[in-house]
Amino acid sequence: MANLTLVQAINLALIQEMEKDDRVLLLGEDIGLNGGVFRATEGLFQRFGADRVVDTPLAESGIMGTAIGLAMGGLRPIPEIQFEGFMGPAFDQLTNQCARTNTRTRGGLTCPLTLRVPVGGGIHAPELHSDSPEAIYTHTPGLKIVMPSSPYDAKGLLISAIRDPNPVIFFEPKRIYRAFREEVPEDEYTVPIGEARVVCEGEELTMVSWGATVIQCMNAIEASGKNIELIDLRTINPFDMDTVAKSVNKTGRCVIVHEAPKTCGLGAEIAAGIMEHCFLQLEAPVQRVCGFDTIMPYYKLELDYLPDAERIGKAIHETLVY
Amino acid sequence: MPVNIAYETKIEHISILDEHGNFDAGMGEGLIPNDDLVAMYKHMMTCRHLDEIAFKLQRSGRMGTYPENRGQEVPSLAAAYVLEKKDWLVTCYRENAGLFWRGLPMEKVLLHWMGDERGNHIDECNVTPLAIAIGSQMLHATGLAWSSKYKKDGAIACTFFGDGATSEGDFHEAANFAANLDLPVVFVCQNNGWAISTPTKLECSAPTVAQRGIAYGMDCVQVDGNDMFAMVKVVRDAVKNARDNNRPTFIEALTYRLGDHTTADDASRYRDVEELEMWKKRDPMIRIRNYLEKLGLWSQEQEDEHLKVAAQTVSEVVKRAEGIDAPSATDFFDSMYTDMPKQLKLQRQTMRTSSLGQDPSQIPVQAPASEGVVQ
Repeated sequence: MANLTLVQAINLALIQEMEKDDRVLLLGEDIGLNGGVFRATEGLFQRFGADRVVDTPLAESGIMGTAIGLAMGGLRPIPEIQFEGFMGPAFDQLTNQCARTNTRTRGGLTCPLTLRVPVGGGIHAPELHSDSPEAIYTHTPGLKIVMPSSPYDAKGLLISAIRDPNPVIFFEPKRIYRAFREEVPEDEYTVPIGEARVVCEGEELTMVSWGATVIQCMNAIEASGKNIELIDLRTINPFDMDTVAKSVNKTGRCVIVHEAPKTCGLGAEIAAGIMEHCFLQLEAPVQRVCGFDTIMPYYKLELDYLPDAERIGKAIHETLVY
Repeated sequence: MPVNIAYETKIEHISILDEHGNFDAGMGEGLIPNDDLVAMYKHMMTCRHLDEIAFKLQRSGRMGTYPENRGQEVPSLAAAYVLEKKDWLVTCYRENAGLFWRGLPMEKVLLHWMGDERGNHIDECNVTPLAIAIGSQMLHATGLAWSSKYKKDGAIACTFFGDGATSEGDFHEAANFAANLDLPVVFVCQNNGWAISTPTKLECSAPTVAQRGIAYGMDCVQVDGNDMFAMVKVVRDAVKNARDNNRPTFIEALTYRLGDHTTADDASRYRDVEELEMWKKRDPMIRIRNYLEKLGLWSQEQEDEHLKVAAQTVSEVVKRAEGIDAPSATDFFDSMYTDMPKQLKLQRQTMRTSSLGQDPSQIPVQAPASEGVVQ
């Protein structure tokens, strides 16, 4: 066991999978000698060499498109897009090509790659360095999407993603890259894709979140003093509706928290799923505490945009007294 | 301060057998054995016949939109002829002749245009399915070449695209990656003068498209794309450069589509008849046939005989394409992922119900819950 931050856990998972499987190689901007702008690939260039940790030209579509070719060629590439705001240029290759490879060839070609992308706000970053676009890619059939909220899950989910025969987007919530440490086993283990984690059990209310806002939810729950069940989705697509439905059928109340804009955010899909699976057990309307239907503001106002314990606390109170 | 020349270059244009029958023996002798050239000519006849039949299938409502290949058979066939089995041919959608030479069953291309994804399931040879979004495939070829270099399996990738595709950002990113990362890729641009109705001069205002490769530090050449000898020569040189040196090459092949862009297009809206008539005289099949006849390797009798063979072959291909079992209504769920997620399984099972049908326990007793459930 080692006491690691989330970014260290990612680094460890990459090392272990690269040692285990020669087919795994990394490509991206500044990931080599520099170790990545967040240091997620620190030391890997020195350890595995320039053939397996490849600094590419500055071109996201190029990174994504060549990663597709590498995967079709039988390798397990791990492309990195430096920030989620730079996924735009790669959008066509990711959604129209990568996501469709398996089905448009009826299983003839697969695209087993793991796209690593730092995501979300809260680190006082410049424009287009703080967005939460997970719902955009969830609306693209063919992709799997995960987002860990702890070092333990980061390592286990990343290993699952690398070994998955489908394309997986591994979103890394940059706000909690170094926010806290956790015991992470040295031995390899996996966290299954598609399974949520019940962070704490409770009877009065269900809360659903993922990524960095899980931490805000924990703070709000503690402040409320209520008996609340918190579900960390961990996998955004395909998300674990069973765990959500089971919990909401028990509590009859639900608050969903995410950083992304409210309209057509994943919270809307979860709320609709709750209507389908828990309608007869509901005691209160499902509430959403989200980002707004605005752009992510520059950092002077980013904390006004991001869900915090106070806003979440209000939703808890309103839902409980309804 | 003196003005110095920082860089100077030239673009070569290669022609060996021109439209008037002139043959450059110095470059062309021994390039393609006679038997091979006869086989290639026969193959082109079959492909051209398939093209005619495919057009008729569309017109009679038996197939969806189809892009005629007529007139552009040479570049992809030359490449397929040069490539080794382990190499990758990564095409766009007007390269039937090369794909079939590699061993792609003809009915797969028909199936694709008949709206059936099974036409894209390719086990027979290293080719990728037709790429419909312009320019998307060049990066895949670059990645495939990269995977071969990484695995040290000695394979290279050859990719095809049109003049319009060189306006796409993905072309430039592919060229830049291939050149800067030393990847064994052969880029073949089929410059047929038109991107649907947009003339090449709106895609590229430089005197040649070939010189786009110069900016990426790769070898570039322009070639008569209706000249089988010249095409084989430049592809062979480029493949050697890729295989031996891990260096990409950019080839601009000048050719022409004698048909419309697709069956949904009417080229007479934007192309002059005179231009079309000029290119009809440059039809690559005419010059190969004349060349073979001059050498006594081909005759009208053989032409008539092979036309029958081609008709028979194509007739069987169409039978196979039309005779395939209808796809199952749930097929589009089944390969969305290699392992079907639970929620998708539920959608598949209840595809004929409302979303509430996905959880029958939520439906009031008077409503029918189980209708339309697919097992």
